[in-house]
Amino acid sequence: MKIVMAVIKPFKLEEVRDALTAIGVHGLTVTEVKGYGRQKGHTEIYRGAEYAVSFLPKIKIEVAVTDDLVSKVIEAVTVAARTGQIGDGKIFVSSIEKAVRIRTGETDGDAL
Amino acid sequence: MNNKTLNRAGLVGLMLAAMAGAALAQAPAAPPAPVPNKGDVAFMMSSTILVLLMTVPGLALFYGGLVRSKNMLSVLTQVFAIVCIVSLMWIIFGYSLAFTNGGGLNDFVGGFSKAFLRGVDGNSTAATFSNGVVIPEYVYIAFQMTFACITPALIVGAFAERMKFSALLLFIVLWVSFIYFPMAHMVWYWGGPDAVGNAAKALAEAGTDGKAAAQAALDAVNADAGMLFKWGALDFAGGTVVHINAGIAGLVGCMLIGKRIGFGRELMAPHSLTMTLIGAALLWVGWFGFNAGSNLEANGTAALAMINTFVATAAAAVAWLFVEWAVKGKPSMLGMVSGAVAGLVAVTPAAGFAGPMGSIVLGLVVSPVCFMFCSTVKNALGYDDSLDVFGIHCIGGIIGALATGILVNQALGGGGIPDYSTKPGELVTATYEFGPAFMAQLKAVLFTLVFSGVGSAILYKIVDVVVGLRVAPDQEREGLDIAEHGERAYHD
Repeated sequence: MKIVMAVIKPFKLEEVRDALTAIGVHGLTVTEVKGYGRQKGHTEIYRGAEYAVSFLPKIKIEVAVTDDLVSKVIEAVTVAARTGQIGDGKIFVSSIEKAVRIRTGETDGDAL
Repeated sequence: MNNKTLNRAGLVGLMLAAMAGAALAQAPAAPPAPVPNKGDVAFMMSSTILVLLMTVPGLALFYGGLVRSKNMLSVLTQVFAIVCIVSLMWIIFGYSLAFTNGGGLNDFVGGFSKAFLRGVDGNSTAATFSNGVVIPEYVYIAFQMTFACITPALIVGAFAERMKFSALLLFIVLWVSFIYFPMAHMVWYWGGPDAVGNAAKALAEAGTDGKAAAQAALDAVNADAGMLFKWGALDFAGGTVVHINAGIAGLVGCMLIGKRIGFGRELMAPHSLTMTLIGAALLWVGWFGFNAGSNLEANGTAALAMINTFVATAAAAVAWLFVEWAVKGKPSMLGMVSGAVAGLVAVTPAAGFAGPMGSIVLGLVVSPVCFMFCSTVKNALGYDDSLDVFGIHCIGGIIGALATGILVNQALGGGGIPDYSTKPGELVTATYEFGPAFMAQLKAVLFTLVFSGVGSAILYKIVDVVVGLRVAPDQEREGLDIAEHGERAYHD
């Protein structure tokens, strides 16, 4: 089992969800986050006060899948979230030791 | 009613009139006391409510949107509490200190003869700016009360996000007592057009032997006014009394209290410019009561004040928008509404004196200057006037007050300087001379800056000694909403 964590541009969320649904992934967790990277930030001006806003709003999605699906998930997210501009985001994959479905007590592959 | 009864009624009327005429001829009595016109009363009651609308919710939301969300409720509480407390003070002694004769101190402040509104009832009247036109004193008291309420509320923007609530209340009580009430007296207290007209008429009708006495009587009427009024300073709706007064008090306050923790390093962006726009829009709407209502009666001058309040504001909003666009690269909403407020401030002293075209020029001029003060000057000097009370209200007020001395000129489309004594019983315009008119304005501006600046500094020091001006650093970091009021504006 792997967890695929992707940080993407907020307006790409729906396309990414559709792409994941299309390959049979039916559950994901979404968090609104802020991040700093090559995209840098922007300047905001309020009357005389100028602020360099470094942290930009992003969406973090987390998808837990069985090992055989990992490359398809990465492919789907990459295609759906890409605009070609700096700031499209990143994907990280890590292993999961155990998974449990709370309602039934099913574990690991059955719980996903 | 048929024609016969009509004729009979007419005949009776004629006879009554003849009898009355005969009675009058026997004993020439004083002219009947003027009675308020219902239209004027309705206009002034509406104007009074509009000024309250400027303050709560207008000013509260305008300021509230500009602070960080952790201080939203502190600003709303401060503005609302000030309105309530000053209203009570106004009835107890404020109105009396502002609008009665102060005896030996009459140049500076009134007396206590109308404390607790003693002697005022539903039949009492107050003078307007026209001979023979009065309004109920109660509506005059209420209208002027709203001005006393909004002026100290303007100050809180300068030291927002760091002042202790108890210190704020104590300061405001002292400030309105020792600064606002005297300022209102000095600028706006006078005998009224009928007192001046009647004395001037008596002088004109006096025989050679009565001349001296009549002249002395006229001089006494003219002397029974506040100092700045006697200087000939024109302030239609409160450029000096309200905006310069509050603006300089704010500047002194933010310098004495010190910068917010993290000022210049941390992000202190406004938490809701939506609220700020709602507040600014309510300010504009309410300002029609403020400016047109300051005419005290519903006539052509009130209409002039109304149209000036439209166009000066529009011109100033547009000017700020384009100046910011050119200088900073983007036209911002906050810049536009800041310009609108600057225009409203500047047109306040000029509202009933300048013409509409003069007001447009005033609006176009005030925004670039205020813009410069809010961005360049403030950053260069490093004071933390959180919501630009000085940069907009004081600077805008100064420009408006000085411009009033220029734009009142009839050659520039202005209304001219009012004169009640040349033709007693009538309002005519005095000959305009730039020198005296402008100097009177300049003197009034400088006096207000010094009086309010020094006076406020003393009061801040007193409050600092008694309760301390500023909250503790950890309270400031936590936000005044939780630390001072025990509640949060938003639950997310």
